[in-house]
Amino acid sequence: MSNAGSTPMVKAEQVHKSFGSLEVLKGIDLEVAAGEVMCLIGASGSGKSTFLRLINHLEKLDAGRLWVDGELVGYRQVGDKLYELKDKEICSKRSEIAMVFQRFNLFPHLSVRDNVTIGPVKVKHQNAKAAAERAEVFLERVGLSDKIKAYPNQLSGGQQQRVAIARALAMDPKLMLFDEPTSALDPELVGEVLDVMRGLADEGMTMVVVTHEMGFAREVGDSLVFMDDGQVLERGNPKEVLMNPQHERLRSFLSKVL
Amino acid sequence: MSEESESTTHDAPVTGASSRPVSIKAVPVRHPWRWVGSLVLLVLGAMLVNTLVFSQTQQPHQSGSRFGWNIVGTYLFSSQVLHGVVITIELTVISMVAGILIGVLLAVMRLSKSRLISSVAWGYIWFFRGTPVLVQIIFWFNIAALYPVLRLGIPFGPSLYTVDVNSILTPIVAGALALSLNEGAYMSEIVRAGIISVDEGQAEAAHSLGMSRLSALRLIVLPQAMRLIIPPTGNETISMLKTTSLVSVVAISDLLQATNSISAQNYDVIQLLIVASLWYLAMTTVLSIGQYYLERHYARGSTRELPLTPMQQLKRNIRHFKPAVTPREERMIGADHE
Repeated sequence: MSNAGSTPMVKAEQVHKSFGSLEVLKGIDLEVAAGEVMCLIGASGSGKSTFLRLINHLEKLDAGRLWVDGELVGYRQVGDKLYELKDKEICSKRSEIAMVFQRFNLFPHLSVRDNVTIGPVKVKHQNAKAAAERAEVFLERVGLSDKIKAYPNQLSGGQQQRVAIARALAMDPKLMLFDEPTSALDPELVGEVLDVMRGLADEGMTMVVVTHEMGFAREVGDSLVFMDDGQVLERGNPKEVLMNPQHERLRSFLSKVL
Repeated sequence: MSEESESTTHDAPVTGASSRPVSIKAVPVRHPWRWVGSLVLLVLGAMLVNTLVFSQTQQPHQSGSRFGWNIVGTYLFSSQVLHGVVITIELTVISMVAGILIGVLLAVMRLSKSRLISSVAWGYIWFFRGTPVLVQIIFWFNIAALYPVLRLGIPFGPSLYTVDVNSILTPIVAGALALSLNEGAYMSEIVRAGIISVDEGQAEAAHSLGMSRLSALRLIVLPQAMRLIIPPTGNETISMLKTTSLVSVVAISDLLQATNSISAQNYDVIQLLIVASLWYLAMTTVLSIGQYYLERHYARGSTRELPLTPMQQLKRNIRHFKPAVTPREERMIGADHE
């Protein structure tokens, strides 16, 4: 799994986050190696999604340190002093991290092709024609090359989520975050999305996946993290953790999910 | 009440499992009051046509139709009226374009995280929505009484450039300025409503692609907000077209001022009001048609199939010689061809 020596893709040290008086994350220590697929499981409200959003600068952390690819999230360190990043710097960091949302969040006013090309063209200033050609490649990869001219609401949920993955891939991310990517899907559509994600994992993409799909976590995940009440309760090889849970809390969670 | 007794008589025969279901034959519900209502409307319609077209003038020593349509015809395309129409269109276009720009700016300011900026926008809206537009027009027309000269320079310091306010703030500029500033206040609320109606996930998805807040607003949020913004903006434009008639109080020769000045000479007040009304109606009709196509443009992606335009519908009917096809049927026809 994690090859010692190289920079971890994500590293968290005592990460804290509160919303008002509610403490959502109570000191998270985690490391995701490059090429690793880490699955985050836990009950809703346990802080998994918040942790994912912190990695992508969608929320600000209150205490602790978070690094992505060796660089601090949200701050620049000069000597002992921390400087908050400017909007523009945050944007450029975000463009290297892709995120796939539970509710897809495709842009409904744009065709499938434009959904995939808008990032590369408007953010990375790629040539529109080249971006359109690349979009076809990514849509082919998620099995939707025939839907290139369709609009999102003409597609099924599973197709929309696959377009969202193609949109994320088009940014050539070094890290992909999945926030319950199959939770809003009909059961028979879950498989097609998981298949695409399995393909990405096989190609060595670094992925952090918040999921309730224990089968996926067991087969595809390199590591499994169980979060409860804002803390990491258990982590390790998915097969071992799922076969032999150490904490009573995880045992009762698994008995409800499996 | 006779339907009740009949309603029990139409038990559909239960057919065997294999055969096709027999469609229900039932006596439809009667609507006698619809017939009465239709008759009343028909009589009222006939009376309206009669008084508009056929009845004669009641004025002594005069002849001709009651409404004096020949006088209406004489002035409808007179150069003075046409000039007024042009002024009205100019004022409407300038005020709406400026109003929309101010509105977008104020809406973004009100949604700003900075309390100062959002309070400034709130104060602007409070002031310009809270005073009558007529007062604002007269105010800007008389602004030279407060500020005879305009100086450009360093605040509280020397001025680099001075100009006579009356020379730049001509009546038409004052009118356009008043209408634009007022419209901006109303438009900002419309734009703000559109922006907050767009799901937050949209901006989040845009940010996760690395878009700045401004790009996300311009490329993702505003285009989706347009669907909600356009109908009330169409309303505002039509309202503005008619509100421009208020500028006649500051001697701008718009459409209403033109017809008023003609009727001041010939006393044909009603006829010239009809002339003005016909022009206002014609212009609002054009605007309504424009709004229809604009809404259709921004409906992309939100409705599964766009409805046909009236022209497309007409062409289709001519080509196929058949009655109107609903978009759903249309899609099924389209699917056959693929």
